[in-house]
Amino acid sequence: MRSLLSVADLGVDGIEEVMRATDSFVEVSERAIPRVPALRGKTVVSLFYEESTRTRLSFEMAAKRLSADTMNFAVSSSAVKKGESLRDTCQTIEAMGIDALVVRHASAGVPWQVASWVGCSVINGGDGWHEHPTQALLDCYTIRGRRGSLEGLRIAVVGDVKHSRVARSGVLAFTMLGAEVTVVAPPTLLPPSLDGWPVEVSHDLDTVLPKADVVYLLRMQAERQQEALLPSLREYTARYGLTRDRVRLLPDDALVMHPGPINRGVEIAADVADLERSLITRQVANGVAVRMAVLFLLLGQGPSGPLSGRQGPSGPPSGRQGPSGPPSGNVTARG
Amino acid sequence: MVDVTGSRRADVLVSDGRIAAVGDGLDAREVLDAGGCIVAPGLVDLHTHLRQPGREEAETVETGARAAALGGYTAVVAMPNTDPPLDTAAAVREVLDLGVKAVCDVRVAGAITKGRAGRELAPLGEMADLGVRLFTDDGAGVQDGRLMRRALEYASALGVTLAQHCEDSVLAAGGHMHEGAWSSRLGIPGMPAEAEEVMVARDIALARLTGGRVHFLHLSTAGSVAAVRAAKAEGLDVTAEAAPHHFTLTDAAVASYDTVFKVNPPLRTPADVEAVKAGLADGTIDAIATDHAPHAPEHKEVPFDEARPGMLGLETALSLALTELELPVTAVLALLSWQPARIAGIDSSHGGPLGPGRPANLCVFDASTSWVVDPAALASRSRNTPYAGRAMTGKVRHTVLRGEPVVVDGEAQR
Repeated sequence: MRSLLSVADLGVDGIEEVMRATDSFVEVSERAIPRVPALRGKTVVSLFYEESTRTRLSFEMAAKRLSADTMNFAVSSSAVKKGESLRDTCQTIEAMGIDALVVRHASAGVPWQVASWVGCSVINGGDGWHEHPTQALLDCYTIRGRRGSLEGLRIAVVGDVKHSRVARSGVLAFTMLGAEVTVVAPPTLLPPSLDGWPVEVSHDLDTVLPKADVVYLLRMQAERQQEALLPSLREYTARYGLTRDRVRLLPDDALVMHPGPINRGVEIAADVADLERSLITRQVANGVAVRMAVLFLLLGQGPSGPLSGRQGPSGPPSGRQGPSGPPSGNVTARG
Repeated sequence: MVDVTGSRRADVLVSDGRIAAVGDGLDAREVLDAGGCIVAPGLVDLHTHLRQPGREEAETVETGARAAALGGYTAVVAMPNTDPPLDTAAAVREVLDLGVKAVCDVRVAGAITKGRAGRELAPLGEMADLGVRLFTDDGAGVQDGRLMRRALEYASALGVTLAQHCEDSVLAAGGHMHEGAWSSRLGIPGMPAEAEEVMVARDIALARLTGGRVHFLHLSTAGSVAAVRAAKAEGLDVTAEAAPHHFTLTDAAVASYDTVFKVNPPLRTPADVEAVKAGLADGTIDAIATDHAPHAPEHKEVPFDEARPGMLGLETALSLALTELELPVTAVLALLSWQPARIAGIDSSHGGPLGPGRPANLCVFDASTSWVVDPAALASRSRNTPYAGRAMTGKVRHTVLRGEPVVVDGEAQR
């Protein structure tokens, strides 16, 4: 496998392989000099058409710890401002002789398009509302670190699922690993159709929390009010925010997660984010190790890499694939 | 030989641009071999984007007409969403003049409103005086119900037809594909079927109110087909067309994120495809219209959200109609030739019947020849066909325009 576009491309075995590799890179990260020569001579370029702090920095740090050269393509100060097309930009960068492009774009599908235009590895760093595979991988790794496995865990994904690439990749990965997912949101913040999604749906957070092993909160953006999706953030918080009172509904060992950046006081109360059960900073720390694992597996071991043999569409985790419904793992890697 | 009167085996003798005789054993100086083929009235496309003026890098009247002729068409109606738009007599005349030398009869649809902006009526009468029989703001629907009502009332005195691109622009805002299971999974903002259906319903009501004649462009949803079926049963003066891609492809194709599948109205669900086919079979939908929409690569090789909607259609429509619809060839030709000719108001010269004295606008095709779509081999100036690499059955052998063989053995003659 040359590129990581969707978690569905990995399949269960691929995800497990990333998890195992991550274990060893967590160990590297804890060393006094957290650096190994695994990708010496390789060049990783981050091409971010959308603002990002943690994902971009996390990838750059991961690449540096593997001794790869990194370049950050700043769209705002580049030829893109002069009207250069996405395709030309990608092919220009590739012509300089690079090994991987980490792509983030506000439009769904861009990493697939880029992968069809260039010959180097492409890693999806987040495409529109669609997917954010490394976030899902680091979330799986983080849950696994606390609970050993995702098998049979009940995970509540709460908030703006409709506009969330984190939710789409998360639902795919969590259910592939055997978790039961409930999405909790007002109907306006759910995708127009959940046909083929292996999830339960709830509009009542209070009934979901007592049975949850993990509460995964999504970021709520203020502009959703202007689109008539919500009356107000205040009302959102009252009905769907993880407030101090709501936390008491959770089982004692339930975990709280959030992909960041968090809106304290909106989807999560200020002090809830800092509780011991909150894994938000753990997620960030694991993010570097997971991205080291992904880069290493894609670039580190010869032309094909160890994740070979898993090209193409993966089976749907839900088993509900029909000729008309969208299977959960429908997207084909053009690696 | 197939036309509205039925099918029979015969030679067709053409002289001075007209059919001179139909019968057995006719001879002439120049003979086009139609062995194993169907000779039919030339096809008529109600919905062609020729892109001239303004987007000549995507298509011109000349190249679009050549693509049409190769697809078996002898007449196309050029849509007015050019730059500048065809909203004045002068703009219409420019395109008609360009069409004089083309290898296909180029007719023009005028805009309903000035600048296609949906605020003021365009000079419908002045354009009608040049022979314009269809008016549309295609690319957008007329959003203002009061303005559409006035346009229908005004147009009824001119004997012209208003053609609507049915899309409630607010309901559809921000959408780039059909809203449903696939858009939800793919994370692409969708536009619901209802954005089309509410305008179909509104214009049916306005047709009832005004007695005006409405033609529905590119129907794509089951709800739209059902609404038009009911309107026809009621006796309202409405007609409808459907595009080949709306009975051939579904929104599942978008999973590739290939922008060649971005089109408006968007590719819909398998249930919608079946409803469009049923509508074509039972007479609810009167015509197959290509919505041939060429785009230069720089407007397609971009993120899906930024890509322009539209796909080529002229050179593949006949094959798709013959293979996808499972209708008798006479029914297919009714949808591709004489029924659209009537809607376009050009049935005196196009769409047959193939009798002595009629203008010799003919299409000769072999319904069983197989071929594979090669985008580079298309005559259109653009390459955005969604059927690249697809095996097709049914190929045009000759096209005759006003007695001139403009396509012979599948090759354009000029």
